[in-house]
Amino acid sequence: MSIRNTPPKRGGFIPRDREWQPDALTPPYKTSIKRSPQAALLSFPSTLSEETSPVFGHNLIGDLDNDLILNYAAPGQSAIGPRIIVHGRVLDENGRGVPGALLEFWQANAGGRYRHKKESYLAALDPNFGGCGRTITGEDGNYEFRTVQPGPYPWPNGMNDWRPAHIHFSVFGHGFAQRLITQMYFEGDPHIKLCPIVGVLKSQEAVDALTGLLDMNRTVPMDSRTYKFDIVLRGRRQTYFENRKEGL
Amino acid sequence: MQRIDNLRESPSQTAGPYVHIGCTPNFTGIEIYGGDLGTQMKTGPVQGTEITIKGTVYDGTGTPLRDAMVEIWQPDAAGLFASANETRGTADPNFTGWGRSPGDMVTGEFTFETVKPGAVPFPDGRMQAPHITAWIVARGINIGLHTRIYFEDEAEANANDPILTRIEHQNRIPTLLAKKKGDGSYRFDVHLQGPLETIFFDI
Repeated sequence: MSIRNTPPKRGGFIPRDREWQPDALTPPYKTSIKRSPQAALLSFPSTLSEETSPVFGHNLIGDLDNDLILNYAAPGQSAIGPRIIVHGRVLDENGRGVPGALLEFWQANAGGRYRHKKESYLAALDPNFGGCGRTITGEDGNYEFRTVQPGPYPWPNGMNDWRPAHIHFSVFGHGFAQRLITQMYFEGDPHIKLCPIVGVLKSQEAVDALTGLLDMNRTVPMDSRTYKFDIVLRGRRQTYFENRKEGL
Repeated sequence: MQRIDNLRESPSQTAGPYVHIGCTPNFTGIEIYGGDLGTQMKTGPVQGTEITIKGTVYDGTGTPLRDAMVEIWQPDAAGLFASANETRGTADPNFTGWGRSPGDMVTGEFTFETVKPGAVPFPDGRMQAPHITAWIVARGINIGLHTRIYFEDEAEANANDPILTRIEHQNRIPTLLAKKKGDGSYRFDVHLQGPLETIFFDI
């Protein structure tokens, strides 16, 4: 009996590379000190509980959900700041596009101020900017949204720590094991190399993986500049030989 | 020499203090989208036993986190997931299996109105004890923490669970057990550090 003509079984998720991902305890980022687990993580292969995830249909998304310039603005108004488009692909570690992924993003306004009651920075709120958006990736894993470029801002850590301009991303792929939150930085920002939160990344390669690049080919003349930012989620093993007992 | 051109997972970064703006904006007062995702796990009459799970996330000093976000994911009462990847059958159409909670604005306590999950198999075919997967992010957490909620009143299933039985420090297993309280709800507190530190998973 041949198994060669049947598609390979999808294996479990490829283990997360903990040598590449940031550690829990990173003292220069002070809040991590009392919020980092100290015992070793318990490693085990993914099961159905981690290989499944909820379905977010495209009909969830409203017309303006991926347009932060307009989605909180009064009619006829728009958010203030440098107009940008952010686009890219969500891929898995095997290089395949991830369609149907839910992306949620949030950010400060162009002055570096968040719309949140715990926010204490003196920069002005923009009445036409909420600071959140969302979209679902297309067939190839593509996404895009429009926003204003966020400003850098000070934060209470050291006496004079400033965050580089950044956009937060929450990503929901096809398995709960892929769940990821990260941040996109902007090419050329001098705050990147000074920031204790960027500093939890273990290599320049990891910093580069979170740095969006100016993409002049997608820039809209006389309208918006464009940054490209790809996101990679964990992949699954794909094999004919998934733990088959000898003789079966 | 050829090169293996696998990609690397995007590095994680903390969710920061304002994760609620992005994931539960209506909770923060930003009225948008017609409501926040994950607030209702039941969309109609559901099969099985309806339960409430409450808990608090504590830091290493015992202080409750008020800027965390907790997500849970689970099968329905029959052990089926409402997922595109579910190939064993069709899950309860009135149960999403997924919940997201920003916690209470003042106390940080999270609450999930859900159903008691059915059992699902381990990859080798053995049955796992009923459980819910949980994922916790917050300011100061560099990479989201995975854990599982098992149930204290499933002693026999827990005693045979393929994962629980291979935990070296058996005295830490209670950190994974939701405990039934007098009001009928389950309690599942999460301790990020300290003698009660929750077992977190690398899955």
